[in-house]
Amino acid sequence: MSAFTANEMMTIAASRALKGSDVCFVGIGAPSAACNVARLTHAPGITLIYESGTIGTAPDVLPLSIGDGELCETAVTTVSVPEMFRYWLQGGRITIGFLGAAQIDRFGNINTTVIGDYARPKTRLPGGGGAPEIATSAQQIFITMAQSKRAMVDRIDFFTSFGHGEGGDHRKRLGIDTAGPTLLVTDLAVWKPDPATKEFTVVSLHPGVTREQVQETCGWPVRFAATVEETLAPTALELQTLRDLKARTEAAHKAGASAGKRGSKDG
Amino acid sequence: MPLERAVAENLKDGDTVAFEGFTHLIPTAAAHEAIRQGFKDLTLVRMTPDLIYDQMIGMGMAKKLVFSYAGNPGVGLLRRLRDAVENGYPRPLEIEEHSHAAMANAYEASAAGLPCAIFRGYRGAGLAEVNPNIRSVACPFTGETLAAVPALRPDVAFIHAQKANRRGDVLVEGIIGIQKEVVLAAKRAVVTVEEVVDDFAGLHPNLTVLPSWTVTAIAVVPGGSHPSYAHGYYDRDNAAYLEWDRIAADRETFRAWMQENVLEKGADAFAARVAHLRKAA
Repeated sequence: MSAFTANEMMTIAASRALKGSDVCFVGIGAPSAACNVARLTHAPGITLIYESGTIGTAPDVLPLSIGDGELCETAVTTVSVPEMFRYWLQGGRITIGFLGAAQIDRFGNINTTVIGDYARPKTRLPGGGGAPEIATSAQQIFITMAQSKRAMVDRIDFFTSFGHGEGGDHRKRLGIDTAGPTLLVTDLAVWKPDPATKEFTVVSLHPGVTREQVQETCGWPVRFAATVEETLAPTALELQTLRDLKARTEAAHKAGASAGKRGSKDG
Repeated sequence: MPLERAVAENLKDGDTVAFEGFTHLIPTAAAHEAIRQGFKDLTLVRMTPDLIYDQMIGMGMAKKLVFSYAGNPGVGLLRRLRDAVENGYPRPLEIEEHSHAAMANAYEASAAGLPCAIFRGYRGAGLAEVNPNIRSVACPFTGETLAAVPALRPDVAFIHAQKANRRGDVLVEGIIGIQKEVVLAAKRAVVTVEEVVDDFAGLHPNLTVLPSWTVTAIAVVPGGSHPSYAHGYYDRDNAAYLEWDRIAADRETFRAWMQENVLEKGADAFAARVAHLRKAA
């Protein structure tokens, strides 16, 4: 088996969590890659939904924005944005909301709004888009992001999307009956919330990754599960599928000019 | 009618205006015409303010922005917007921030003639603490606490669409986003289209069509949503979105680009901008 990068391991580990029966609301960037790898490998029946209204889409290349034309061309149907949020998300038909994050805390609360004070921000980020309601209306939330001390912080600056709040039964106390964040896949590890405290706990380290590396790139004291497993390395099929997808994406986005060199990030 | 007249007759200083397009059919040509006519003190409303609102904010035309996601799709942040919010340049910008679900519901409520939208949202979300227009109501039947936001009723809505027929009915296809709702929510609606056809005979009966009497003015502007796209006509100009990140990063570069590409140009410049993005027939 050829070597793989930490980012490839992250995308592939995230893709494995999806099932063919899932109806997945897909965030752009890393979640989009993971969802499409799942569709192209073990979960061909998965329904991928982007917030632009495309239901059951099967893009040949990864979209640069959530509203690329190919999402519509390959979808089972395309609905209006109000219908997307009312009937499909609020109506409870989404099994997995798959999100990225600029900042996250140990309870899976996400900030994509501001760094610093809301009224006088140090950095004004794009904002929540669809995420505040995805976080509470989808049956569960998966999150995928690369680890860094800037991104995984002790306290987030703004609660864009509610995870487990202060932990424990905080969701229930707010009347939120969905499960919230149940999985975090980073470039180093797989994390799951502790059943009682809801704090994200490392359950699996990617091949070759040490506990120290996970701690060095995380802004809170990391908890490890009683038994920490090793994530299965990417299979040849998984790796080939991801690399082909990335290559097709790069070629397609370069067709116009030099686009596609950079990562995708939007709401 | 000519775009210049459609904008002049329908937009005024101080108006609340929505130039909508959910990554698709963004009315760039109409926004550029508004910039050329130099409107002031606008309240800009849009779910996904992108390049055109970055441009209008950078030109000092906006006093307030109502929005739910302010980014350069696929690229990152909006640098003129950031300069206004973080540094008050070229003028301070008041912001009213929502989620997509809230804004979509608020447009729909206005289209439906309701004063507010009620939905299950903002639970545990920080926006509810910083935006006084996010409130809650108890369901009179179940007691469930639901979010409420005021209906969005712009003075004017601008959208781009694929085509109109001679009678003035408008067809929107592909990612229809919020185009229909914003037209029906606003007091006046101006639509730019790629082309005019004789009639819509033979088309599927359930397509998204805005009858002529829901639209105040129509202007034909081929390529009018560049660098966004028009499904069936031309692709998204991803390179232009990447390039905008560089242009908007610097105040002087921005001004020079606006002078050359907006202030000294007209609506007729758009057709050439999409020539290389049209699919081979």
